[in-house]
Amino acid sequence: MKRQAFKTSQAPHIPSTATVGQVMRQVLYALIPGILLQIVFFGPGVLVQIALATGFALGFEALMLRMRERSIARFLGDGSAVVTAVLFALCIPPLAPWWISAVAMLMAIVVAKHLYGGLGQNVFNPAMIGYVVVLISFPKYLTRWQAPADLSTHSLSLNETLAAILHGALPVGVSWDSITQATPLDTLKTGMHAGESLPEIMLSPVFGQFGGMGWEWVAAAYLAGGLYLLARRIITWQVPVSALGVVAAVTLPFWLLDPVTHVSPAQHLFSGALMLGAFFIATDPVSGCTSNLGRLWFGLGVGLITLVIRQWGGYPDGVAFAVLLMNMAAPLIDRYTRPRAYGT
Amino acid sequence: MSVPHDAGAPGGRLLHRLRGGLRLRHHKQVSCARPVERPALPDVLIVPLQQHLGLPAQALVQAGDRVLKGQRLGEVDCSGGVSVHAPTSGTVRAIEHRPMSHPSGRSGPCVVIEPDGQDRWCEPSPVTDWQTRQPRDLLDALCAAGVVGLGGAVFPTHQKASLGRVRGTRTLLLNGAECEPYISCDEMLMREEPHRVIEGARVLQRACGAEHVILAIEDQMGAVFDALQQAVGEATDIELVKVPAIYPEGGERQLIQVLTGQEVPADGLPADLGILVQNVGTAAAVADAVIRGRPLIERYVTVTGHGVVEPRNLLALIGTPVSHLVHHCGGYRGDADRLVVGGPMMGFTLRSDSEPVVKASNCLLVLSADDLRAPQPEMPCIRCGECARVCPAGLLPQQLQWQVRTGQWEAAADHHLRACIECGCCDFVCPSHIPLAAWFRHGKGQLKAQARERAAADHARERFDARAARVERQKQEKRERLAAKKKALRERSAAKKKTPVSTEEVRR
Repeated sequence: MKRQAFKTSQAPHIPSTATVGQVMRQVLYALIPGILLQIVFFGPGVLVQIALATGFALGFEALMLRMRERSIARFLGDGSAVVTAVLFALCIPPLAPWWISAVAMLMAIVVAKHLYGGLGQNVFNPAMIGYVVVLISFPKYLTRWQAPADLSTHSLSLNETLAAILHGALPVGVSWDSITQATPLDTLKTGMHAGESLPEIMLSPVFGQFGGMGWEWVAAAYLAGGLYLLARRIITWQVPVSALGVVAAVTLPFWLLDPVTHVSPAQHLFSGALMLGAFFIATDPVSGCTSNLGRLWFGLGVGLITLVIRQWGGYPDGVAFAVLLMNMAAPLIDRYTRPRAYGT
Repeated sequence: MSVPHDAGAPGGRLLHRLRGGLRLRHHKQVSCARPVERPALPDVLIVPLQQHLGLPAQALVQAGDRVLKGQRLGEVDCSGGVSVHAPTSGTVRAIEHRPMSHPSGRSGPCVVIEPDGQDRWCEPSPVTDWQTRQPRDLLDALCAAGVVGLGGAVFPTHQKASLGRVRGTRTLLLNGAECEPYISCDEMLMREEPHRVIEGARVLQRACGAEHVILAIEDQMGAVFDALQQAVGEATDIELVKVPAIYPEGGERQLIQVLTGQEVPADGLPADLGILVQNVGTAAAVADAVIRGRPLIERYVTVTGHGVVEPRNLLALIGTPVSHLVHHCGGYRGDADRLVVGGPMMGFTLRSDSEPVVKASNCLLVLSADDLRAPQPEMPCIRCGECARVCPAGLLPQQLQWQVRTGQWEAAADHHLRACIECGCCDFVCPSHIPLAAWFRHGKGQLKAQARERAAADHARERFDARAARVERQKQEKRERLAAKKKALRERSAAKKKTPVSTEEVRR
């Protein structure tokens, strides 16, 4: 009988079907509703920023892969740099100058990611590193948010948006003051500092039904996207539930006791970057905790630190700082939250 | 933390949840559709002298000897292993080193038999009065008949049962939950010969002293449950339980967890919980060995996969070359690419189909290029945690692979690498295509080797310390003897001084 020779290999012999690229693409799909609403409320600048950041991120990624002698084809296609870029772009004002993206992506991709060893090795969330660096360095540009469409006196066309981003030039008769506005969290912070009561502050048109005007719907869309990721099992429930849960749980009793001086839980959840952060940023597996119990603590920390910064800090929102601080704590949390092995 | 999730048998045993695990496509109907067949005698049979865990058997025959079916070819002391028998009558052509279908790919001494075509049995030696005989006699019969665990571990059955007896076994757990995809030999055995399985259960029950028997099968095995129920009849001490088909629920420790909610201690055995687990195929072999006096010389083997023309189950003689069985199943399809012994999750590959079927060979899986697809490049771990989610041992594979790769053996041991059952679930879900199971097999091997070295070093140190102590003791004794002597001398001389009579006498 004819003898046949075969290839040898190691079990398991059924190949796994998931890929890193697929995971990253799912994250991008889940962001789409939020991105669309953000464009609706804040203009085409959102899209321009995404394009800019993505371009810079991919450029830096390719450069670093080349310098580190890694396969550009394999790693550029994994989508991780694109996710970093898009998350960053969604955090910055849509009319921020183009070089903001360049600086942020340099910090995110070159420093936070590749200098730490590339994909899977970064201690900090690269998008948040990029964001925090430009937020601290160029506060003027990073706080210049446009008023949402419904409140704006002048909505910029795509060409006007491009001119603003690339040259800092606005159309004749339009000044930065006339198109930008304090964000809801800004308004709250300055109002509270000025000693106004909440009902007075809330009279400001920047507030909507339950969160910030416009912001609330963007946040709701991120919530929907996050639920999609949960359903597709790209993320687990622990981080978003504990992050959002702790914010709700801490703010609820204060608000119930005294709604005149305390902001409502809904206002907290649906303004700023909390929803985006809880589902898309704090769930970054690389820089987060690995065990389920650890993820609960991680989310708890993100929620609490965000609240503390919103209440007492120098910045209106604190999600980025909270995520980075918890990134630092993640290895320690992991150490103390190892799951119990079978039979031990 | 296990949560009851399903009432299994009509008896209503509450089942508990397996940690992790996967619902895999089972691909079993492929090989279950055709009836079991016994292929014609091959031209040659290759019977390795070691087909069990322990010491190899020593050959009792020589080249040129004529042997009868069931005749002993090799034996070893029952504390070290089991005997090996001739699968058919014929002539011993040689005793030589050959590859023996071992996961390591290693060769070992094999008895090569050329069948005479008559398939003549030697005189069987059944234990006819097994129901009243001492368990010791039954265990000896199992050892003499070469019975080992047919679920894959090939641990000598008499040793396991004997340990169970000593430790006080209450429950005999027959494992028919064949959870790996493609494999259906146990399912077919239970469907075709349920009585043999139940007989074996009774013999084992007597041998280990268990009060009752649980026979666990998967809930997707259809006709098997009714066949077994008929074989059990009115007996109340045999409980049939269907467990949900989740891989790797058929693992010994996993099955115990599902059925009892208890976990076997990491450094212990099921015997610690009063449970003895045996595969259903082993039970059938036990029945043959004790009741019919026939040694283990054949087994059900699933020959399956898209690389085989007619997948089916065969009743194959131990020692039959794999090529013969595949030929009986219509041969290979054109794109046959990989030959696996065992299932797709834990099986190992053979280089050539000239290797024999051994006691451990439950399945020959021929995968086609289509099943395998192009291997994906390995990417860095992104710590997504999917591996930890599916790990039935509750480990953190992403942490462990890092420790194993960088040789941090203490950390790996501290993260319970030894508790890894190598089921491959983590590997299967990894989006970065890291060969986790392969790393863990490597790491466990390293830990074992280190433990051996440490034991050897400890042994040497103990011997050294003992010698030093002995030398010291001897010195001490010598000193004491000397001191005693001196003392005696001194006392004697003092006594001389004290006895004036004598001095006077001397003076005089």
